[in-house]
This record gives sequence, C-alpha cells and structure tokens, in this order.
Amino acid sequence: MKYDLIVIGGGPAGYVGAIRAAQLGARVACVELERAGGTCLNWGCIPTKSLLQNAELYSTVKNDADAFGLKFEGLSYDWSKVIGRSRKVADRLAGGIEFLFKKNKVDYILGRGSIPEAGKVQVADAAGTVTEYEADNILVATGVETRELPHLPIDGKKIIGSRQALVLEEQPKEIVIIGGGAIGVEFAYFFNAFGTKVTQVEMMPHLLPVEDDEVSVTLDKAFKKQGIRVLTGSKVSAADTSGDRVRLTIEGDTNEEIEADICLLAIGVQPILPEGVELELDRGYIVTDARYQTSIPGVFAAGDITGPPWLAHVASFEALHAIEGLFLEGHEPRKVNTFPGCTYCNPQVASVGLTEEAAKEKEIAYKIGKFPFQASGKAQAAGDTEGFVKLIFGEQHGELLGAHIIGHGATELIAELGLAIEMEATYEEIQGTIHAHPTLSEAVMEASHAAFGHAIHI
Amino acid sequence: MPAYIEMPKLSDTMTEGTLVKWLKNEGDPVEAGDVIAEIETDKATMEMECFEEGVLHKQVIDAGGKAPIGELIGIILEEGEDPPSDEQIAAARAGEKEEGRGEPEDAAENVSPAPAEGVSDAGSPREPEESSGKRVKASPLARKIARQRGIDLIGVKGSGPGGRVLKADILAAPKGGSGTPAPAGGASGAPAIQVPSLPGDTTLPLSGMRKIIAERLLASKTQIPHFYLNIELDAGPLMGVRKQVNATSEKTGGNKYSVNDFVLKAVVSSARRVPEVNASWGGDAIIQHDHVGLSVAISVDDGLVTPVILEADTKSLLQISIEVKDLAEKARTKKLSPNAFDGGTITVSNLGAWGVDSFSAIINPPQAAILSVGSITKKPVVNAEGEIVSGLRMNIGLSGDHRVVDGAVAAEYLAELRKLIENPALMLI
Repeated sequence: MKYDLIVIGGGPAGYVGAIRAAQLGARVACVELERAGGTCLNWGCIPTKSLLQNAELYSTVKNDADAFGLKFEGLSYDWSKVIGRSRKVADRLAGGIEFLFKKNKVDYILGRGSIPEAGKVQVADAAGTVTEYEADNILVATGVETRELPHLPIDGKKIIGSRQALVLEEQPKEIVIIGGGAIGVEFAYFFNAFGTKVTQVEMMPHLLPVEDDEVSVTLDKAFKKQGIRVLTGSKVSAADTSGDRVRLTIEGDTNEEIEADICLLAIGVQPILPEGVELELDRGYIVTDARYQTSIPGVFAAGDITGPPWLAHVASFEALHAIEGLFLEGHEPRKVNTFPGCTYCNPQVASVGLTEEAAKEKEIAYKIGKFPFQASGKAQAAGDTEGFVKLIFGEQHGELLGAHIIGHGATELIAELGLAIEMEATYEEIQGTIHAHPTLSEAVMEASHAAFGHAIHI
Repeated sequence: MPAYIEMPKLSDTMTEGTLVKWLKNEGDPVEAGDVIAEIETDKATMEMECFEEGVLHKQVIDAGGKAPIGELIGIILEEGEDPPSDEQIAAARAGEKEEGRGEPEDAAENVSPAPAEGVSDAGSPREPEESSGKRVKASPLARKIARQRGIDLIGVKGSGPGGRVLKADILAAPKGGSGTPAPAGGASGAPAIQVPSLPGDTTLPLSGMRKIIAERLLASKTQIPHFYLNIELDAGPLMGVRKQVNATSEKTGGNKYSVNDFVLKAVVSSARRVPEVNASWGGDAIIQHDHVGLSVAISVDDGLVTPVILEADTKSLLQISIEVKDLAEKARTKKLSPNAFDGGTITVSNLGAWGVDSFSAIINPPQAAILSVGSITKKPVVNAEGEIVSGLRMNIGLSGDHRVVDGAVAAEYLAELRKLIENPALMLI
C-alpha cells in the first residue's frame, strides 16, 4: 500500500500537516513514537499552562486574598492533584488528536519512523518489529528534546529536564533552574508560587534574553520581588551530584557554590533526527527550501526540527504551508518571518516583531509608544497593574515594527498586534480602531497614541 | 417563500439593464443554475442564472423591457406554492428595499470613472488608485509609501494573501511609478521636487483644498489631451440688453444681473444645442449628459471651488443669476455642502473682473470642456461697412478634452455661443 504522504512525528507540525493533507484528499499516515500531540500537548505548552494556572490561582489567593477582602483559613494544596490535573488536560487533548486522525482518515502508526530512502518509511514498533511503508512524499516533523550540559547529564532524579519537572511526585524544597528562557522562567514562577525555594541561573544579563530589554529588566525585577533568586550573567561551571543533593559551582556575575534538591535544565533544545537518509543540516537542524523541501526531493520538513524558533504555532504554520504547497494547486508556501512569542509566568510576557535593540541594530528610524497598565482602568479594577505595552513604529510611515507586552493578559493581547504587523498596519489603523472600555486592550491603543500623538490617560 | 428575482448588477458601471429575452416561460420548472434570461448591460449581453428551484411564476417585465438594478423582474415559486398577492409582493419588496437601500446610488456613482466632485471636497482626499474607480487590495503601509513615491497601485502586482499589495511590492516597483505614473499623485504624491531654499523663504503647509486642487489639476493636465480654441466677440448688444434689464429691475427692486449671468445662460443654452460638448470620457465609452450641470469657478480666500448649478438648462436667466449669487456667498462663508460639487458637466471660469483679456483654463474632470471668459474691453474694430469704430469686445476660450470633443464640434459650440451673446434676444427663445 502506497501513501501520498507519510508524516513522521505527531506534534503540532506533524498532526496538523497530516490532517490538512487528508482534507486535501491525500492518503496520509502519521508515524508517532509516543503519543499524538507531540511535546506541545504532552510535555510542553499545554501541561505547563495547566500547572501555571494552578500557580497563579494559588498565589492570588495566598498573597492577595486580604486585599480582595477574602478570608481563608488553613489554605493548602495537594501536590499530586496539581500534577494530576495537568496530566488529565494533556490526556484529554491527546485523545482529541487521535479522534481527529480517525475523523480525517489519517492512518496513525505508533513506532519510531526512519527514512531508508526517499519514498520509503520504516517504522519500528515497541517490540522492535519493523514495517516498511511507501509514500510519494515524506514530511519530517520529529521535533526536539531537552538539551543537556556535558557535565550535567539528565538522570531524571536530581538532574531533570522539563519533561520530568512536569511530573515530580514530590515537591522539591529547593530547586536550581539553569536557563532563563521561556521554559526556565515558567518553571521558576510555578515552583516559587508553591513555595519551593528557586534559584535561577542565566548566562545573559537578563531573563528572557530574546525579549526587548525593557521587558526583560522588568521581569528580572518582578521575579526578584516574588522571592526568586535570579542570578543573571552567570553560568554553572561544575556540578556534583554524588551526595543527596546537587552542588553547583556558579561563575560570572555571581561566584558561589549552591545546593538544591533538584536541578532543572532549561538551557535549550536539541534536534531529534530520523535515521536513514542524510539530509542537509545547519547546526544540526534540517535545511529546507522555499517549499519546505529538504536536500532530498520528496522529503519535506517542518516544525522544531528545522531550527528556531521552537514554537508550536510556528510549527503548525510551517506544516500547513508545506502541505498546501504539495497538495493545493497553485499554492505558494510562505516561510515564517513574523510570529508571536509568549511566556506564561506572572507577569506574562508576549511579543511580536522587532525589539528596540533589533530596530537599532538594523538602523531603522523608529518611534516608541508606551503605556503602563498602572494607568489602565481595567488593570486597576482587576488588581493587576504590573507591566506595560510598548509599541515600536517606523518613524517615517508609522508602520508597526514590534510590540512588547509584559503584564496580566499579555499573551492574549498580542494577537491584535500580530495581525497589525501581518497586515502592515500603521499607528493610524491601531488608534483608529475603537478598543472596548474597560479592557486591557485599551493599553494597546493608548500606546499607539503615545507614539505619535498624546495618550489620554498618561 | 416566493423568490423575487431582481435586476442583477452585472458590471461595475451598470445602473440598469435590459431584459433581452426570457429563456423560461411562465410556468416552466427551474433549477438552481438554470439560465433563465439574457440581460443586456451597458457593456455586454449576459446570461442570468437562477439561484432557486421551483417554477417561474411570473415574468414581471417583458422581453425588451428595462429595469434599474434591484428592480423586481420575476417571481419563482416553490413547487405547489400559492402565488403571492400584490400586497404580499409589495410588502416583501418593501422589506428588501430597506435592506438593499443605497445600492442603485452606489451604482450611479460608478457611472463615470472619476465621479464628479468639487475641487474643495477636501474631506476625503482620494487614494491614487481610486482615480480609475478600481479598488486595489493593499496594506496601509504600502498605500502610504505608494502615495509618497507617486506609484499607482493599479500597476503593482501584490504578493500578499489574495494579491494584496505589500510594502515589498511597492519597493520592488520601479521608482516614480510602475509603468503608469500616479494619476492623481499630486501634491503629496508626486516625486519630491527639490526646491532650493533661499533666505527669507516661507514654507506654507498645504491645506486640504490646496492638495485637492493640486491633485485634480495635475491629473487633468497630465491625463486629458487638452486643446484650446479662442474667439473674440462683440459684447455690445449684451451690454445693451443688460443695461436695459437692470434699469427696469432697479425700479422694481428686482435682481441685478451681471455680465457673467448672461454668459452662463449662453453657455448652458449652447450646450443644449451642441450636446456633444456636454459629455464625459468614460474609459470605454463617452457619456453624454442629459442635463447641463453648470460648474462655476469661484475664487475663495485660500483657493478655488466649483459648485454646480444642477439642471441649469431648465433654469431661467433669473434663476441662474440668483443661484450663482447664492453659491458665491456660500463659497466665501464656507457653507457649501459637500454635494454642492456633484453633477457638473461643463465649467465656466471668468477672470474678466480681474482685467484678464483671454486665457485657457484647465478642464475640470470628468467634464469635457471648460470656458475661459475674459474682460470686456473697448477697442477699435472694423465694422461691416469697413469703417474703424469703437467696439466692446470679449474673449472666450474653450479648453476641450480631445478624446470626447473634436475641434470642429468645439468650433460649432463656440459659434453657437457667439450667436447667443451677440444676439442676446435669442437666449429668450
């Protein structure tokens, strides 16, 4: 039996690509090693958001109940239920993907896929039995896994990756998180909210180093205020896991030895390449052309395996375009250049487009419009006034170049600005759009006014 | 529910259609997708498909009949359905009319590619690409850059979703226009001209009116093939009649007539007699106007406006005189309504009061002719007897759109105008 398409990997690139191809009339199979939904749904985006919701609720009740006039006696939590809820959410969604496969007549094949040659996919199941399938086209969407440090291999107990951190049976008393990117920052917030003593080590001068500096600095401060020990400009030079606890040597802006129950590695990811044909790589990631084709004709790739940014929504977009380029007559696939990035700690961080630093580097003349949530009626009413909206516009034409939001609701607010950049909107369209009152989104409109006119409320 | 079939809008410029032929008879069963009639539009004859299933109950208009867009032309009933009463039809139609209101007006606006619009309609500066009536999908940023660089969006291939023109497409387009320069690039749209700055120079920011004047006149002068005719005529008889009329009028406290009032009346009457001049270039057709919409150029503080006396051909000298006075007053006090500029078909510009003998004005698009009226001067003329006598002379120029009007037709028009002005009594006929 021959398929029109076999997708290797069932994550946000793989399952989306498989379903779209099936919708377009192709005979499709999706090979997944573990469970449909990939990292995102099983070990990433979704279960972490579930934990973070718990953390935010608990922290609001614990810290702000009095301000809201609420009284709790003997407030506590059940760790296993906190973790359990997160797993249930992931289970439910993974089941949903399998249902979608059935509904769209995508053959779902469990096992490890490899590509012995173009047009062929071998799948080794759990028992080691290998089955070979034929396909006109192959989409590689195998994704990435946690990157390890040479001197800190993951043992799953004292040195863990994000995957283990999601299912810790016992809450650690002390944790060191290495890495201040989105994953590290979200876990730092989560553990700290539940009372674990958190030390976060980041090599760069600020947390979330890819974000706009002003945002990163604001997050540094917010985290420190929440009681997280933030050691920026520092790295772990040596580790000792021989005892009951982990001992780490920190070097850089901070030089000391620290101890913790657990060390969480969140320094990045590494590619999971399928075995078989040798595809052209760049720094370990698969290189693709404008139509998402790899160096081998008939083999395509999309998602995390093609390199940064490692984001589910980008992966899905790429897979859709790769598939439509293949099966939709006349479709010119687009590659990703503008995408939103969201971090779900509290305060939330979201951005799209250029940072101020990038605009400077590119020597683009720009204007900044900023509006603090402190001045937003809705933020005041909700009791969440931390953070701001910062918009970067081209000076000459006023087009939106970048948007950076830190604060409550930032990850939901960013959508409007992604659309604005995609549509090449200028400040006139943003401030010409009536934003409902009272909402946090008014801060977006006010920031736009602040850049070119005058914001009313600051 | 009975399905009411309306005259469809089959082209951008269509306002009404002719039902050439019914292809289904009353009582014939019809299915969705069936061609039920042939409709002739201003451009072509097209087949009209049916979107309903049932029986053609009634052909409301007969073959050969005309109907404006949206007008009921037929009724389809479901199999076995009772025909609606006239009241039911009227009630159902009234409801739909309410919803679809404005459609025929929109259509009417599209008749000429550049809808008639007064120069001072500063409220809505037009996008360059709309000068030819087409809407181009383009991002706000692309529009801004195009306007600045004087690029017509119509010539630019869009690379965005659905052919949307994006910034990159504009940047890739050749500078100063992608093949076609911006038709109405004008003030802000023309490629920047380097003006040397001299000591003491003042930079005056452009008012909305100034921008519109710049845009529209640049468009006119660059897009319309102008040609110019000039005649000198005997204003003696007209001056005589005016004196008489005003003298009588003064006694009764009536209207005071200006020379221009008579000229306007003559221009309008001549346009009725030579209707080829009272027309517009429609891109793929010439539109000859039924009535004469007389645009009168009026100088105001910071520019110029051309309000319109609608259906001037139906108005008396007195009515024209009163309306012009009213328009001038409103123009000076900025009280002209935005639609005061709509519907002009020919323009008169009179610089006689400023002592200008003769000049050639720029056409006020989408009209095909503008008349330039000079001052009345005393000068020696050779009369019919060959004697040199003192005469009262007036110069009138005509600037014409050669696409619409040829030299001979314009000459015929000017001859008519001369006849009326030199024999004012004829204006009364």
